[in-house]
Amino acid sequence: MRVGIVTFPGSLDDRDAARAVRIAGGEPVALWHGDADLRQVDAVVLPGGFSYGDYLRCGAIARFAPVMGPLIDAARGGLPVLGICNGFQILCESHLLPGALVRNDHRKFVCRDQRLRVENTRTAWTSGYEPDQQIVVPVKNGEGGYVADERTLDELEGDGRVVFRYLEDNPNGSYRDIAGITNARGNVVGLMPHPEHAVDALTGPTTDGLAMFTSCLNAAVAEARA
Amino acid sequence: MARVVVDVMLKPEILDPQGKAVHGALGRLGFEGVAAVRQGKRFEIDLAGDATPEAVAEIERAAGTLLSNPVIEDFTIHVEGV
Repeated sequence: MRVGIVTFPGSLDDRDAARAVRIAGGEPVALWHGDADLRQVDAVVLPGGFSYGDYLRCGAIARFAPVMGPLIDAARGGLPVLGICNGFQILCESHLLPGALVRNDHRKFVCRDQRLRVENTRTAWTSGYEPDQQIVVPVKNGEGGYVADERTLDELEGDGRVVFRYLEDNPNGSYRDIAGITNARGNVVGLMPHPEHAVDALTGPTTDGLAMFTSCLNAAVAEARA
Repeated sequence: MARVVVDVMLKPEILDPQGKAVHGALGRLGFEGVAAVRQGKRFEIDLAGDATPEAVAEIERAAGTLLSNPVIEDFTIHVEGV
């Protein structure tokens, strides 16, 4: 299974995302922001970082990169897409996911291991978790506060589209402790914490992040068989 | 050559940590009588030609597409010197 990892100017975590895909048993495929070509991948990860220096708004300029044209179309057609941190911001700016990410309420960059609850295990990226499973993965952001209007938040909650919620301490002032969400179809998932940094006991606090990448691989295999 | 100015502000219901930090600093420096501060962005856009209604409408479209995120921000637009 080929999983595309997009590199934008200022992406940081593209290599870790590719490594996570490899450890999960997939084939990472490098995608370039300037090429309007998805290279026939079966899924795409938008990695963390500071695309375009976070100028204007986080993700606002990356959202209009040439690769995003075919990516947005494919995501609307059901392609599994995972946005991590800056990738989540890009998905929100693209309106593939509702809401937006704003500066942390306490105004400081936060970098620590974070406990989360997996609240939706029906998405393309979370089927490998148990319902309400608790996981610990790193979180590191300066503008990770998830905001949306009340109606959108109620809708997300009502439809079970809150995928991850912060436990113990909300690191950035996200409304309703929301750490990650999905679209209605469940193929597009965005979250601020970093599962790709928690796939190997040598370099991460846990290996709790690995199931996100194996979930996607298993979903693709199941679809190929069907 | 005409200049169009776009001002972008966070919607009132969105918390503005930068504005709060500025408010706090003003207080520490002894500037009195400030109840609240909100920080926004100002874009000065020089047009290649005159500020015709079509040209201004084009900038308005740019403001809603790229310069602001309608989920969290509002913008106003005006032609400078008019």
